[in-house]
Amino acid sequence: MKNVCFSYNTEDGRPTNQVLKNITLTINRGEFVAVLGHNGSGKSTLAKLLNLILLPDSGSIIIDGKEVTSPDLSDDEVYETRRHVGMVFQNPDNQLVATVVEEDVAFGPENLGIPPAEIRARVDKALELVGMSEYRRHSPSRLSGGQKQRIAIAGIIAMLPDCIVFDEPTAMLDPSGRAEVMNIIRMLNRDRGITVLHITHNMNEAITADRVIVINDGELCMDDTPRRVFSQVAKLHSIGLDVPQVTELLYELGLCGVELPVDVLTYEECADLLIRKIEEKK
Amino acid sequence: MLKDITLGQYFPGNSPLHRADPRMKLILTLVEITAVFLCKNMYSFILLIAFTAALVIMSRIPPRMVFRGLKPIIFIIAFTAIINIFWTKGDNLLFEFGFIKVYFEGVMFAVFMIIRIVCLLAGTSVVLTYTTSPIAITDGLEQLLAPLKKIKLPVHEFSMMMTIALRFIPTLIEETDRIMSAQKARGADFTSGSLIDRAKALVPVLIPLFVSAFRRADELAVAMECRCYRGGDGRTRMNVLRYSALDFVLLAVFALFCAAVLLINRFAPGFSL
Repeated sequence: MKNVCFSYNTEDGRPTNQVLKNITLTINRGEFVAVLGHNGSGKSTLAKLLNLILLPDSGSIIIDGKEVTSPDLSDDEVYETRRHVGMVFQNPDNQLVATVVEEDVAFGPENLGIPPAEIRARVDKALELVGMSEYRRHSPSRLSGGQKQRIAIAGIIAMLPDCIVFDEPTAMLDPSGRAEVMNIIRMLNRDRGITVLHITHNMNEAITADRVIVINDGELCMDDTPRRVFSQVAKLHSIGLDVPQVTELLYELGLCGVELPVDVLTYEECADLLIRKIEEKK
Repeated sequence: MLKDITLGQYFPGNSPLHRADPRMKLILTLVEITAVFLCKNMYSFILLIAFTAALVIMSRIPPRMVFRGLKPIIFIIAFTAIINIFWTKGDNLLFEFGFIKVYFEGVMFAVFMIIRIVCLLAGTSVVLTYTTSPIAITDGLEQLLAPLKKIKLPVHEFSMMMTIALRFIPTLIEETDRIMSAQKARGADFTSGSLIDRAKALVPVLIPLFVSAFRRADELAVAMECRCYRGGDGRTRMNVLRYSALDFVLLAVFALFCAAVLLINRFAPGFSL
C-alpha cells in the first residue's frame, strides 16, 4: 500500500459535517501503524474509506499505485480492493455470519468465488494461524469474546489480504482476550508481512506499533514513532488523549521538578531510569 | 435461563439418516408425506406403522424423544378422532345413544386418521428435523431450489436470511436476558400482576432489543461488504453437497415403500377407505 491520501469526507451527505479534513498520509507496505484519537475524531471513518465502504467527497486514495477512488472503477475492482484491505471490527458478534466456525471463516473466500478445495485449505490454514483449529465445528455463540474475534480475524486472513485494518478490535474484550488478539495482530505483521492499521483507545497497545498517527477532529494531528508522539504529553492531554502509564508518571514527576526524559515507553526502561536518578541523588 | 433453549429439534448422531444428504432428506420427506396419504387399506396402514417404526429405529433417536415431539398436537389428534367417530356415516351401526350414532366405519376412520397424523409427524421429524441441523436444512433447500433462480426467485437471499437468523437467535436471546436483568435491577417486575401488566412490563425490554437488533444488522451488513459479499452470483461454497450411494439406497427404499402401499391398496382384501 502506497500513497494513501485523501481529503475531507462527509458521512451523510451534508457538507456541514466534515468528519475528515484534508488528510494526507502514506502507509508503507509491512508497517504496523496505530491510529489514536478520541471518540468521534474520525478514526473509524478513515478506516472505512480505505476499503471503499465510504467514498471520499474529494481527494483520492491510491493503493498499490492504483487510484481506487476514481469514478470509473468497476465493481470487480472495488471488491478486489476490499480483498486487499481486510477489516476487523469492534464487536465480534456483529461480524460473524455463519453458525459454524469454519463456515464463517469460509464466507469471504466463498464470496470471492474460489474453488471448494482451495477454500478448505485456506480455512484450515487461517484457523491454525489464530490457534482455533480445535473449535472448527463449534458454534460461534458458545465462544468467548477473544475467541470470536480470532475467528473474525481468521475470516479475513482466509481472503489473503495485504493489509488489515483493525477498528478497535480489543475494546469489548476482557484482558486475556485482548492479549490473545494483540498477539495475533503482531504475529500477522511480523511473520506474514501484513500491513496493519490498528485503531485503538488503548495506549499500551499503541506503543508496540512502528508508527503512531493521532487524529483530532478530523485532522491529522501527529504522525511519528510512538516514542516521539507520546513524549508530547501536554499536547495529547489537550486533545483528550491519555499517554501510557509510564510516560504519564515521568511527565508528572517532571512537573514536580524532577528532571527526566519522557520518551520512555516500557516498564523496564522506566524502572532503570528511576533507579539511576535515585542513585544520582544519593 | 433463556440460554438453555435449544433451537429446533436437532439431535446430533451418526446414523444413516444423519449422514444422508440434506437435499435427499428433503425429497424423502416429500415422498414420506405422499406415502402417508396414499395409504387406504388396513394392510397398507400396518405397513406404514412398520416403516415408520423402522425409520425411528434406524435414526437411533430415543423413541421417547419422538413421542415428546407429538405432545403439542395431542389435542388436534383427539379432536380429529372425535369428529371422525361421531360424524362419519356408514352401514354398520355399532351403537346409538340418543341422536349420536357411532358406526364401525367411523371408528376405523378415526383410527386411520390417528395413525396417519402420528406416522406423518414421527416419520418427517426422524427423516428431517431430528437428524438434520437447521443450517444443513437451509443449505439443502438453497441447492435444491437453485433452479428456481432462473425465474428470478431470490433463493440465495432467502437462505442467507435463514442463516443469519439462525446465527443471531442465541445472540439476541443472550441480549434479552441481559436487558431483562438490567430492568429487574431497576425494579421492573416481570412475574406478577395480570397478563396485561406483564405484557406491559415487556415493552421496555423489547424496545432496546429492537434498537440493538437494527444496529447489529447495520454493522453486520458493513462487515459482510468488507468480506466482499455481493449476493449469490459467482459465489462458491466450501462444503459442496454430494449425493452418496447411501442417498440412493434410501431413495430406493422409500420408492419401494410407496410402490408397496399402492399395490396393497389395489389388491389386498380387508377394510379400506
